[in-house]
Amino acid sequence: MILEIFTYLLRFALILLIQLLVVNNIELSSYVNPYIYISFILLLPVTVKPWHVVAISFLVGAVMDAFSSTPGLHIAAANFMGFIRIHYLKATTTKEDIEGRISPTLSQKGVVWFVFYCLMMTLIHHTILFFLEIYGFQEFFATLTRIVMSSLVTVMLILLGQLVFFRSKQKNG
Amino acid sequence: MRNLLFFISKYYVFFLFFALEISSFVIIYRFNNYQKASFVNYTTGVTSSFYTTVSNTQQYFNLRHVNDSLQMENARLHSQLITSYYQNQFTPKMVNDTIYKQQYEFIPASVVNNSVTKRNNYITLNRGRLHGIEPEMGVISESGIVGIVMSVSEHYCTVLSLLNNNCKISAKIKKNGAFGSLVWDGSDPRYAKLLDVNKHVPIASNDEIITSNYSTIFPEGIPIGRIFSHSLDAGDNFHTIKIELNTDFGNISSVYIIRNLMKNEQKNIESTIKN
Repeated sequence: MILEIFTYLLRFALILLIQLLVVNNIELSSYVNPYIYISFILLLPVTVKPWHVVAISFLVGAVMDAFSSTPGLHIAAANFMGFIRIHYLKATTTKEDIEGRISPTLSQKGVVWFVFYCLMMTLIHHTILFFLEIYGFQEFFATLTRIVMSSLVTVMLILLGQLVFFRSKQKNG
Repeated sequence: MRNLLFFISKYYVFFLFFALEISSFVIIYRFNNYQKASFVNYTTGVTSSFYTTVSNTQQYFNLRHVNDSLQMENARLHSQLITSYYQNQFTPKMVNDTIYKQQYEFIPASVVNNSVTKRNNYITLNRGRLHGIEPEMGVISESGIVGIVMSVSEHYCTVLSLLNNNCKISAKIKKNGAFGSLVWDGSDPRYAKLLDVNKHVPIASNDEIITSNYSTIFPEGIPIGRIFSHSLDAGDNFHTIKIELNTDFGNISSVYIIRNLMKNEQKNIESTIKN
């Protein structure tokens, strides 16, 4: 159990470093601000207790807020996404998934399911984040463009991460 | 009562989520106004030392560019030295401090963390309360304005970049002195917009934009940029002006923080008028 927690902390540190050092420095345009740190919440095993997911999302958002000098934006977005994730997984996972204690990853659930799952969660997260960032509905369509473009890039980066980091598991399974 | 407890225990996840979500909105609401924004005070200590390590590494790769810009600035300052002027005329030399009292002080600082692509961008500098930095001081680079100090910790301060939704800077057109306010529309870090310039004011492309004398944050006449394009919609009372900024926000590494030594005096006398 402790080993497991340690592994997840290490994974979070790694994802956070990638987010802060690499992804935050992607300066494609001001409409592309991918946030891949949410993949940590997305990839938690399906068996994690619901209130743990909510609490973890809150903490992940708080850490991200501290590093991007934004008060509460990432907390609000990540927390909401964590809550939706609970219900989304409840609706789309099978009994075997829960018994097998799997993580909702690309190799476990298949490409279509995983892409759709990521896209939905990312859209929810980015919608809340970017609208709170501008704090109102002025520049509505610019914000909408920002949400869609950033979500697409985020999903692509998460997929890329899956292919790079989870490949070995795919071979075993 | 039992039913209530049962209800809560059945939906405890939702209630936990709801409580956390509400707390996040409280944080957002409390710290959204940038003058009150001291959220960063709580977090700057830890995160800034991380960013310092990163920026120390990055600065190494930036040295060539920094050298170039410092050389340029040196050249410019040299040309302003009294020794590079030929004295054309005899004027009585006045050495009297009551005539020229220093109003602005410049504190050099270097950029620890910066972003340009977000809608609200912030810059972290390596100067803080120990160096006499306070909120609402102006920040400029060698080529133009950068932003306004937002919150200060012991060794660091965060700057509300000009590339931020909350940043509004009083500017004027150098040629005719027409005032406007400078805002960023969030699309391209090289351009900003100048609002509220009346339609009867004649403007042209390449007109210089400088800071106005209406603010207590920036001295008058700090360069901001040039008019890139302008248009006037029918029925509109104000010009739509797009400004090409002098400061290359993607590439700032050394900046100056401006302390207005007479700010308190001005604020005090202005507050007596309001009451």
